[in-house]
Amino acid sequence: MQTALRISLPETELASRANFAPHARVVREERPTTTAGLPLSIRGLRKSFGDNEVLRGIDLHIPAGQFVAIVGKSGCGKSTLLRLIAGLEKIDAGSISFGQDIQPEDIRVMFQEPRLLPWARVLANVEVGLGRDRASGDAHARAEKALTEVGLADKREQWPSVLSGGQKQRVALGRALVSRPRVLAFDEPLGALDALTRISMQRLLERVWRDQGFTAILVTHDVAEAVALADRVLVIEEGRIAHDVTVNAARPRQRGSAELAGLEGSILSHLLSADDRT
Amino acid sequence: MSLIDSVSLPRSIRLPRIDGLVQWIVPLAIIAIWQVASVTGFVPTRVLPAPSDVVLAGWKLLLSGELVRNIWVSFWRASIGFLIGGSIGFAFGLANGLSQLSAKLTDTTLQMVRNVPHLALIPLVILWFGIDESAKLFLVALGVFFPIYLNTLHGIRTVDPQLIEMGRIYGMTDGELFRRVIFPGALPSIFVGIRFALGIMWLTLIVAETIAASSGLGYMAMQAREFMLIDVVVLSILIYALLGKLADSASRVLERLTLAWHPAFQKR
Repeated sequence: MQTALRISLPETELASRANFAPHARVVREERPTTTAGLPLSIRGLRKSFGDNEVLRGIDLHIPAGQFVAIVGKSGCGKSTLLRLIAGLEKIDAGSISFGQDIQPEDIRVMFQEPRLLPWARVLANVEVGLGRDRASGDAHARAEKALTEVGLADKREQWPSVLSGGQKQRVALGRALVSRPRVLAFDEPLGALDALTRISMQRLLERVWRDQGFTAILVTHDVAEAVALADRVLVIEEGRIAHDVTVNAARPRQRGSAELAGLEGSILSHLLSADDRT
Repeated sequence: MSLIDSVSLPRSIRLPRIDGLVQWIVPLAIIAIWQVASVTGFVPTRVLPAPSDVVLAGWKLLLSGELVRNIWVSFWRASIGFLIGGSIGFAFGLANGLSQLSAKLTDTTLQMVRNVPHLALIPLVILWFGIDESAKLFLVALGVFFPIYLNTLHGIRTVDPQLIEMGRIYGMTDGELFRRVIFPGALPSIFVGIRFALGIMWLTLIVAETIAASSGLGYMAMQAREFMLIDVVVLSILIYALLGKLADSASRVLERLTLAWHPAFQKR
């Protein structure tokens, strides 16, 4: 069953990934609307930029549908790990496998910046997320559905420039969700938002994740956010996974509960003690 | 002549109905003062004829058909020259913005040519083409080429790389990426180039027609000078001003239509 798919990435690796399974489109159409997430196996993953070795051998298994948060200091390699998983960078050594053939539409990334096309209306921006299905007849309906999921159905004809930061990020989430991805990678998606908007966005992320069951990988600076959302928090130090913490709190989670606060404290102390050693 | 100054004005004056008229107050006031100064003899008509005389001269030329013919000739030269130079500039801007190889191959050469004032080529152009149409078209096209080339290139180079990465992640083909991300992103800069080019287009045409032509507005002005018809000279200058304004307005309308998404063009 586990036909490990080694992604050795040539330069336009997104295109090459599409070539792995030329016949898989038929399968995609039979998928139920609530798609299950994909499991993720990473073995011996290494990545350098010039002389700087950013990832020094990552071994990691993420079960399908798990919500994993990756925390660590700036420059620890957490964003690089995410970009490798999303296929935005080339792997130097090791492998990332999803256990089966995948389509480009199966993996989506959400960045800290919404990256909306300023010259396209909100709905058209969401349609971009359909990838190769953009031209299909139900593109409009699917985009509208995704927009409703993120609570912005009434903004469909607006230009992105009139939206608030939180609304823009919700459009970006709608665009990431519209293709029903099986893995969603978040690179500090809430980093630029104010505290209240952050909390409502965290709730939204948790809700869509529970509704749709994709595998979620969240890179964040905010340990409180990590323990509030994730099943499991990975602490990365100097290109390796230093700690792997399971968060068992029941969902939906109570922010500020003693349980979460305790976990947050212990993860923070890991991060800070690493700081003391260097 | 940047995007900014073209848009900040209508937004700061929040009276849309009067807005269209406000911009004409100063030109009309100048004409009124000028008329009074001429009638009272404060400005001798040998130096500057009264506006009424200029209008009269215009009326006579209009009746003889000479005015329309000359305006048409100038307008035709300006448009064709603009189209030729603009298209070539746009094509080079696209090529050099999208392809490193093309940029390496041609950009240095173009930058060298750009530093030669194109009007300095007039003697050479006259030797090549004589004073027929191709001389004027060549000069206008050459003048228009550079602002459009430079601004197209700049526009494409400055498209947000994060948006391009986004487009690639979402599986856009090269064609789609150009149509949906790169070209719309470069458009504001291209319009800046177009508006600069329109200014250079009139300047080049006036000079070329004054020096080497047998028709057109510049020629009409030079002929009038020979016969000491100062009212016709002034009329020609005013028509240039009007045509320049018209071209600029046309480009603004186009800007408004295509850049409706831009925060600066949105009516709130």
